[in-house]
Amino acid sequence: MDFRLTDDQRALRAGMRGLLAARYPRERLRSLADADADVDAGAPGGPPTPDRGLWQALGEAGFFALRLTEQDGGAGLGLPEAVLLFEEAGRALLPGPLVATHLAAGLVPGAAEGACAVTALDRPGAAEHLASAEAVLLLDGPAARALRLRPGGAPRALRARPARSVDPTTPLHLVRQLPRPSKGSITTLPADASRLRREAALLTAAQQLGSAFRTIGLAVSHARRRSQFGRPVGAFQAVQHLCAEMLVRAELARTAVYAASLSAEADGPAEIATAKLLADSAAIRNARDCLQVHGGLGFTWEADVHLHLKRAWLRAGQWQSAAESEELLANTLLHEASHLPEGHHASDATDVLDAENVTA
Amino acid sequence: MDLTLTKDEEDFRDRLRAWLHDTLPRLPPEPPADDWPARRAHDSAWQRALHDAGYAGLHWPAHAGGQDATPTQHLIFIEETERAGAPYVGANFVGLLHAGPTIAAEGTAAQRARWLPPILRGDEIWCQGFSEPDAGSDLASLRTRAVRDGDSYIVTGSKIWTSHAEIADWCELLVRTDPAAPRHHGITWLALPMNAPGVTVRPLRTLAGTTEFAEVFLDDVRVPVTHRVGPENDGWRVTMVTLSYERGTAFAGEVVACRRTLTRLARTAHANGRWDDAVLRRRLGLLHAEFTTLWRLVQWNTCEAAHAARTGSNGAPGPGASVFKLRYSQARQELYEAAAEVLGPQSLDTRHEWTAQRLSSLSYTIAAGTSQIQRNIIAERILGLPRGR
Repeated sequence: MDFRLTDDQRALRAGMRGLLAARYPRERLRSLADADADVDAGAPGGPPTPDRGLWQALGEAGFFALRLTEQDGGAGLGLPEAVLLFEEAGRALLPGPLVATHLAAGLVPGAAEGACAVTALDRPGAAEHLASAEAVLLLDGPAARALRLRPGGAPRALRARPARSVDPTTPLHLVRQLPRPSKGSITTLPADASRLRREAALLTAAQQLGSAFRTIGLAVSHARRRSQFGRPVGAFQAVQHLCAEMLVRAELARTAVYAASLSAEADGPAEIATAKLLADSAAIRNARDCLQVHGGLGFTWEADVHLHLKRAWLRAGQWQSAAESEELLANTLLHEASHLPEGHHASDATDVLDAENVTA
Repeated sequence: MDLTLTKDEEDFRDRLRAWLHDTLPRLPPEPPADDWPARRAHDSAWQRALHDAGYAGLHWPAHAGGQDATPTQHLIFIEETERAGAPYVGANFVGLLHAGPTIAAEGTAAQRARWLPPILRGDEIWCQGFSEPDAGSDLASLRTRAVRDGDSYIVTGSKIWTSHAEIADWCELLVRTDPAAPRHHGITWLALPMNAPGVTVRPLRTLAGTTEFAEVFLDDVRVPVTHRVGPENDGWRVTMVTLSYERGTAFAGEVVACRRTLTRLARTAHANGRWDDAVLRRRLGLLHAEFTTLWRLVQWNTCEAAHAARTGSNGAPGPGASVFKLRYSQARQELYEAAAEVLGPQSLDTRHEWTAQRLSSLSYTIAAGTSQIQRNIIAERILGLPRGR
């Protein structure tokens, strides 16, 4: 057992960070945010989302094909490596339907190379980047399905209504009903939808993790720079303790996400629910605390922190909400309890029976 | 990243499971919490059983009488013994987890030979004399004095929050040997025999109603210089080794135990109807996530520490242990709050195990470095924020 990253994994992560620094610097994020591209999601005239050049660069770097075998044009790597790349994407707030396109690699032509953008729905609700997607994964049932269309056709095909997205870099549509299996342009894919949903939850958690660490960096650098009462605000314990709790959350989330990427086969649903639950919470609460550390500046459009918070809200509602994760984990406990052997501990004897007798 | 076990580690786990399966049913029942002599006898018998089976000091180095097991084997040991419901380390806590590792790391060959084998056999119990009434979080301000007199130190002062003092044979004691030196540089680590003339132990009753701790008064107690571990005035560094052990794997077994408790909570809640409350169910689900991840964090920290040891640092856990300590102490309190919710009115009866645990859990965010101190450590040493006040 060595839980730490291997040298190859570190190199992979560094490569992704370098790619994003070159292709998606902060100015790109800001120009997207400042254009407030969501007003007419995907409407002609607005900036293309996702950025096709960047999408192809990600495809060439193997971001989408990462887990395909080398014969299939992939890198033959696994979920642990995918998680590291998605963590970097989350750190940079990279927009686009990254998870769905990654999952579609090998299933939808063009996805692996970044030649097309694929979004996904597992239930009625908010769909990201729907107007620009060439395919939609439909993961509501036992078998995965794909709806293939020309760009711009998906909102109409799904009778989706554009939303004014809370996240200015992620256009959203609201879908009331998923199409029936029989519909003409829908094909059934040779993939288990429940496995894809679990992987989607894990990769989404990895993005949340990256964001949770990024907001620590933003908070700490602000707290060191900003001076009040004649010293950096980061020298006040009240501020220090906010930052310390941010790190605790992020470290716990990191541990959960990495562990789930390793044991997704063995203890899949519970480990992934754990990862999603803790990473969502870390991303949202860290963004909140980062905003607080920024003081008045945190309430402005100009600071990046609101972009992290809004993206975190969006991701937290995708695939597996906190309520769903917690209920799943509670049920796992109950299942374990039904197999619980009677312990040798004296304390075990005080369990149910004594609990009932003690006040009788 | 790899969480799989090697063939050797799997074999180790299988042998341990078989041994626990044979041994645990033959153990006597746990004695009452307040019967300290009986608890000592019980804990010592368990330690002796571990010793005779070759499991004592598993991860200690061979020169300290240990088995030189890998960190992974040590974690397997912690996980399997807790899962099987084996006795807790109990009265041997200080010896096995603080004083012993300190002596192993800093003691002379003669000191190791004198003190370590009885710890490993469960023959001698140690307690810890660090905190003082005026030196808690600010441990370096401790004032218990030791003045050199020939081959002895004459020690005068008082210590507080000393667990197991009433039944201990030895106390790992921090004393001030140079009052003129800067605070951290005038401290020395001594092994104090608890039966020495001038040692008075007064039990402290905790809010749980038990006597887990004691005050220890030292009036001109003579301690031989040969009982000093490490150089004179170097006790702070020696102690930091101990404390970082305390924050490393010391609570690992408890995380496994909490995870078991959580399953039993689910069973009880299901039996008494509380399971129908979605708010409570979700709380238990969240705690499941927290404790599962705290165990993973133990594995992570262990791997980091093992790597640090391989690459030349002293193998003591890094400041990442503060992250664990901070979250674990909170999660443990939340667990027993949830237990009270499951029990309902029964939680008001202190005879219930979970009520006793609810009370004792209140010490966790205070002992071994308060949560506030842990946050200071994280903010300043890990995040690099300016020194606060």
